Amino acid sequence: MSAITAGAHSGAHSGAQTGIYNDKVVRQFSVMAVVWGVVGMLVGVVIAAQMIWPALNLGQFGLEWFSFGRLRPLHTNAVIFAFGGCVLFATSYYVVQRTCQTRLFLGPLAAFTFWGWQLVIVLAAITLPLGLTTGKEYAELIWPIDVLITIVWVSYAVVFFGTLATRKIKHIYVANWFFGAFILAVALLHVVNSAAVPTSFWHAYSAYAGVQSAMIQWWYGHNAVGFFLTAGFLGIMYYFIPKQAERPIYSYRLSIVHFWALIFTYMWAGPHHLHYTALPDWTQSIGMVFSLILLAPSWGGMINGIMTLSGAWHKLRDDPILRFLIVSLSFYGMSTFEGPMMSIKTVNALSHYTDWTIGHVHSGALGWVGLISMGALYFLIPRLFGQKKMYSVPAIELHFWIACIGIVFYIASMWIAGVMQGLMWRALAEDGTLAYTFSESVRATYPFYAIRLVGGTMYFAGMCIMAWNVWMTVRMGLKAGPVPQIRIPAVNPAHA
Amino acid sequence: MESLFLLIPLSVVLVLAIMAVFWWALYNGQYDNIEREGERILKDD
Repeated sequence: MSAITAGAHSGAHSGAQTGIYNDKVVRQFSVMAVVWGVVGMLVGVVIAAQMIWPALNLGQFGLEWFSFGRLRPLHTNAVIFAFGGCVLFATSYYVVQRTCQTRLFLGPLAAFTFWGWQLVIVLAAITLPLGLTTGKEYAELIWPIDVLITIVWVSYAVVFFGTLATRKIKHIYVANWFFGAFILAVALLHVVNSAAVPTSFWHAYSAYAGVQSAMIQWWYGHNAVGFFLTAGFLGIMYYFIPKQAERPIYSYRLSIVHFWALIFTYMWAGPHHLHYTALPDWTQSIGMVFSLILLAPSWGGMINGIMTLSGAWHKLRDDPILRFLIVSLSFYGMSTFEGPMMSIKTVNALSHYTDWTIGHVHSGALGWVGLISMGALYFLIPRLFGQKKMYSVPAIELHFWIACIGIVFYIASMWIAGVMQGLMWRALAEDGTLAYTFSESVRATYPFYAIRLVGGTMYFAGMCIMAWNVWMTVRMGLKAGPVPQIRIPAVNPAHA
Repeated sequence: MESLFLLIPLSVVLVLAIMAVFWWALYNGQYDNIEREGERILKDD
């Protein structure tokens, strides 16, 4: 069990720190994850409203930095890299220390990853509204920021793999494999896709052009989904579900098969983003086939996580944190079924460029990534601030329901809107001309944009409830005394 | 499709690297007694 020394003053000396987990950086990332979650989701609500009321773009006041085109990449960067990124840093630093029973490698470098990553986020929040962008989706940031990201990311890799290398437990727990793959893959994707020739401090030409650029971009883009938003969060799943359920993962053997199957097959799904484009047909087909193959490891992992509760389903009734974690997996299963289906070329002919894609992305983002992040944060924050549980458990309960209902509004409205748009765009009149103009399909989508805004606002409201709950928990923790210094337990040699 | 001249060799190198790590994990004994590894994280904090 954990040994917590409440009088933490001894931990202030660097000599005494070696026997204590480095939770400071975990605390920092956890709190900032909540802050950036609120910010990123608020921007999402704003741009959803702009889709209904174009006047909210504020173009009439000459405020071009508030327009949809500028705010949309701000939203995606904020929720993926600021919120999701902080969650991944926090959980991976926490998990790698606990499962290796050793202190984080190079503490000052870990501190640098925190401040460096926050700087990246702030620079993104300034440059994107100003219109400084590369125009590459999910890789919009201009080259000086890309260089900073590379430096921070290499530092992250050094801290993470350094901790693994100095582990006291011989076996590397499966969550660390997922975190490690995520860190390495994102480094590779970022460096290859961001390769560019600068012309000034603000502008650079991509190293690739035309369909080449599109292929590299979606090789990056889809693998960013695969490794940033999937592998990293699966690492969270494999640690926090067993911990919160107080049961080992259903099948540890299956978790290893899940990892290697996912890693070996992920890299070639990207071309499904470029169906019916100038990309050669055979490349599109490869993208489709690999996307379909991915269904198997994805569902293997989902079943493994959910079945962890086998024989203890009652825990779902009493524990809202566990409910966040388990329901996130059902959304993971749903979106990893929907994704391969949408990659089938005949389905894609209907779904491509419609709001169905937006619905699919958000079933993964709000349902899987969001809920598992919130579950992990609700697990971490009381522990990091020396509390037994969050300030208000009913507030977690409320957050869970408002978030789930919000997601349903969001994705159901986008499904209907997407299928409707796809059908309207392909509908032909008697004489073979298009039956509808594009603007007619836009007009028909308005009610669904309104429902989406309601859903998104509910999800955002849930995040605000969480922020309040975290604030109160942290305040309670700090009032009670200094933050806990958790001792690294002595390793039992029989287990090493 | 010149971009494939970059992406395909990259994938091949990657698969070889992943295989090397997989072999290391196998022969290093990472998977020798795995069911107890699932339990261990519950005991130590």
